[in-house]
Amino acid sequence: MIYEVFRQERKGQPFQHAGSLEAANHEFAESYAKEFYGRRGESEALWVVPREAIIEVEDFVDELNRNYHRVDGYSLKGKLKEARERVGRALVARDR
Amino acid sequence: MNESDVRSLLEIADDELILGWRDSEWTGIAPLLEEDVAFSSIAQNEIGHARALYELVARERGTTADELAFDRAPEDYHCSRIVELRLLDWEKTIARHYLYEETDARRLEQLKQSGDAEIAGLAAKIDREETYHRMHAQMWFDRLKDERRFTAALDELRPLLDSGREEHSPELADLWEEMTVVRRSQPAGTKW
Repeated sequence: MIYEVFRQERKGQPFQHAGSLEAANHEFAESYAKEFYGRRGESEALWVVPREAIIEVEDFVDELNRNYHRVDGYSLKGKLKEARERVGRALVARDR
Repeated sequence: MNESDVRSLLEIADDELILGWRDSEWTGIAPLLEEDVAFSSIAQNEIGHARALYELVARERGTTADELAFDRAPEDYHCSRIVELRLLDWEKTIARHYLYEETDARRLEQLKQSGDAEIAGLAAKIDREETYHRMHAQMWFDRLKDERRFTAALDELRPLLDSGREEHSPELADLWEEMTVVRRSQPAGTKW
């Protein structure tokens, strides 16, 4: 069985994915996880989770193309360029 | 430290050194990668325990840990027969691991009661690592206990625990050759 291991480096910090391992059962998984991610004092705590217990979500529907809900849907670069050009034109007009 | 204390420390040190070498033969070929790492780490711990014990003995005998570990003839080791065997069957290796840890636990428990604070202290330190080894051995025991090959291995190896420490199998001499070949390739006293 494949297990995913998450480790917390310091108390209070979020758990982060550390890696995965293969083990015959929970007990072996716990032991191997300690061996891989805990024996050098590098972790405060571990979460050892059977991979099949993880609910994976990777299809995000955006039928109406509402990309303005996302940060990457709003191109700041283009807007900035436009603004700079506008200011440039205004300055040229003023100095004329 | 009296001579009988020194002698029993040397026996344990020899057991741990030889078993450490034998267990390390699984490095790279254990049944799965995770076990490879776990079992290699146990092997390294055993050699670490041997070193700490040899250092105590060396001080009493006016020698060094390396000399005790590598410069004696194979017949001068005091290890138990069970640790000498080259076992490349996983069920036998686990059977030995289980039997050895069981015996080692009793021995360490006695040493922890020693009137010599240094011996008791070292035994307590070693025992903290052995706790992990015992958990590992127990976990495998639970997994294999109904397998006929495993129970047969237990029956085959158990008598070796009490087969004395003076007679050695030819396998010890072979291991000794391998274990000391690098050290013997240079004149005694060479600084590495």
